[in-house]
Amino acid sequence: MARFLIKRLGQAVLVILAVGLLSFLMVRTVGDPVQSMVREDATVAERAALRARLGLDDPVPIQFAKYLGRAMQGDFGISYRNQRPVAEMIVERLPATLELVLVATVLALAIGIPLGVITAIRPRGPLANGVQAVSLVGVSTPTFVTGILLILLFAVTLRWLPSFGRGETVELGWWSTGFLTLSGWRALLLPSLTLALFQMTLIMRLVRAEMIEILQSDYIRFARARGLPQHDIHYRLALKNALMPVLTITGMQIGGLIAFAIVTETVFQWPGMGLLFIQAVQFADVPVMAAYLMFVGLVFVALNALVDVTYAVVDPRLRTGGAA
Amino acid sequence: MSAVLSAPPRVGALFLASPKAMISSAVALILILSALCAPWIAPHDPFALGSFSLMDSELPPVWSEGGDPRFLLGTDTQGRDVLSAILYGMRVSLLVGFAAVAISAAVGTLFGLVAGFRGGWLDAVLMRLADVILSFPTILIALLVSGIARGLLPDTRQEDYAVLVLILAIAINEWTQYARTVRGQTLVEASLDYVKAARLSGLGDGRILARHILPNVLSPVIVIATINLALAVLAEATLSFLGVGMPATQPSLGTLIRIGNENLFSGVWWVVVFPALTLVLLVLSVNLFGDWLRDALNPRSE
Repeated sequence: MARFLIKRLGQAVLVILAVGLLSFLMVRTVGDPVQSMVREDATVAERAALRARLGLDDPVPIQFAKYLGRAMQGDFGISYRNQRPVAEMIVERLPATLELVLVATVLALAIGIPLGVITAIRPRGPLANGVQAVSLVGVSTPTFVTGILLILLFAVTLRWLPSFGRGETVELGWWSTGFLTLSGWRALLLPSLTLALFQMTLIMRLVRAEMIEILQSDYIRFARARGLPQHDIHYRLALKNALMPVLTITGMQIGGLIAFAIVTETVFQWPGMGLLFIQAVQFADVPVMAAYLMFVGLVFVALNALVDVTYAVVDPRLRTGGAA
Repeated sequence: MSAVLSAPPRVGALFLASPKAMISSAVALILILSALCAPWIAPHDPFALGSFSLMDSELPPVWSEGGDPRFLLGTDTQGRDVLSAILYGMRVSLLVGFAAVAISAAVGTLFGLVAGFRGGWLDAVLMRLADVILSFPTILIALLVSGIARGLLPDTRQEDYAVLVLILAIAINEWTQYARTVRGQTLVEASLDYVKAARLSGLGDGRILARHILPNVLSPVIVIATINLALAVLAEATLSFLGVGMPATQPSLGTLIRIGNENLFSGVWWVVVFPALTLVLLVLSVNLFGDWLRDALNPRSE
């Protein structure tokens, strides 16, 4: 077990180092940091002084080591565009994105699981056919179009919900939350629904596939033979066993959801990390891009490692094999 | 091309028996052809300054009150014909889509063939690279490529290179699928007797790959390419919508939707809804056709 853990952690560290190298190379090679930081009329001596102060005269491997060292202390440099520490900007935006992702995940589970169960129980029923048709159009509709159509319907035409921003937020220490005000919840509704659609289809299909397999297994047939109520068989006996892989995949998808929130945040002008990143891309603000990449990479690696380790704890057969 | 050439009678018969295949391919074909012929069939030239005037701005579609018969789907805030803008925009979207598919299919197939046939460190490097790319969301990688390109290119030339940057940003994600599939297929083919025979008869590796293995791995490549065309068009639209794709001077469908979205609240819904519907219809028809093709070309699906 200890050997598996060490191996898995070693892999995680390697991936983080690779992502760190990519971020570093980006900061180092794209654009000239000196050029983007000094005044227009700076003298050659001033530029040289800044170069030395930024450590740009050191050998590249040493620069990389320093970059990683600073990153580990939460120092990702200064944004070219805003002239503010990148870490500060990301921390400021973090609550908005995490709250959006959290609500979207809950919504996706709350709608996806029942739909999956129903379509598994009655694969030819009207609901299953309807869901099939909707999901066919759904995979061909980009998120931003869904978002715009929702805005058009609920914000422009019906005027029920706001179309942009987070509404009123409450500061809890450094965390600003929209969960404590009515306008915060109203603002959350459309963006989180848009983001949830991305996962909902996946969850639905997964539940459906698991359920169909489980419903054919012996213990369900025995339960039927004993005459247990249908509802209990489906929702208590079968669903419980179908949920484990669903929760795992949902957990692993959270990294993807954070990245995917870029589009949703742009549509709804949601002041999260995705909006920060897209503005950084538009203005080639490399330190912000690099820090965002490191952050998402870290989330990905941490979630994957967590899932692998959990599985190894639960299922001893996986410990010996070289898990990817 | 033996796998593909031997397939037509069966695939052709399946095609004629499937309304899904016929309708989806017809819709896709009509859209692609009308995009190709945009300069001849579009009622107006949306790029010729002076051909549109602010007097005509924000006219609704022809069937609603205040519509003008000259502008079937209405006009945008500058008085441009929405239908013509869509036709020209679809051209740009499809150009990027087809180019990204062509490049990623060529590169991915080549990498897959070489990785599967040669094995060794090259195989390991290429496949690990594919693993890393596949483990990150397409949109994130495409945005990074686009941001890096923005940093490297001088400000004045960015619009000229927008198409190339988009194609690269999409292709960099999509080659992985071809590479993985072709590699697996190549491993199987390379172990078969006919390849051994070819080798014994003194053919070189390049010739064996090109003449014997390539034709037998092509049908999955065609299926992936069809489905990836839909994905590439979607990716292009998303990047352009986010403001890092095609500029407003050469709008794609995504750019049109972005511009329309900025004026959503003034009630000019047609400027955003029609390009969006066109995009969905295009992607849906290509997706459905790709779905059908996958089943039709897959002998195991029978």
